[in-house]
Amino acid sequence: MSGNPVFDRIQQDLNENSVVLFMKGTPMFPQCGFSAAVVQILSDLGVKFKGIDVLVDPSLRDGIKQFTNWPTIPQLYVKGEFVGGCDIVREMAANGELKGLLKDKGLLS
Amino acid sequence: MLVRDKMERKLIEGLAPQRLDIMDESGRHHGHAGANPEGESHFRIEIVSKAFEGKPQVARQRLVYSLLAEELRERVHALSLVTLTPDEVTKRN
Repeated sequence: MSGNPVFDRIQQDLNENSVVLFMKGTPMFPQCGFSAAVVQILSDLGVKFKGIDVLVDPSLRDGIKQFTNWPTIPQLYVKGEFVGGCDIVREMAANGELKGLLKDKGLLS
Repeated sequence: MLVRDKMERKLIEGLAPQRLDIMDESGRHHGHAGANPEGESHFRIEIVSKAFEGKPQVARQRLVYSLLAEELRERVHALSLVTLTPDEVTKRN
């Protein structure tokens, strides 16, 4: 417990889900082009992920930026570790690093 | 002073880049959530700097974000970053 209810909720989501994407909108209806791009990459890889819409809760929208020490959204987490925002995820998808990471973690065969 | 120029000054001071390209892409996001009608809300920045050597991408971008914290808080809604070392540029070409 961090003493901060938003941080605790974020940590709980990370504990309960192997791949978590904090995004604007939902995986079905992304509200931002950068979030949509990461959803597309994860969907193309065929990895199961939980999308969390930060737009529904201003305290979460601010809280996730502090939690990660990262000022922008989307934010991708794998097994509780921050992987990156849209630019990093795109780069890692293009050079195969993302697939390698997901395989190493046993999330893709 | 333009937001673009402020960011340029801070990045030059903080990273001594070999190459720095700051592109204002606000026009492509006109009317979209977070776009400022006065522009200067969406940027793409490409930086080549020795300051990135030995750092993973997350650490490089955190460094850039920390230098531009004020602009991100007040005006800039979206920042697309390419952060490379001089060696990585040589390898790419």
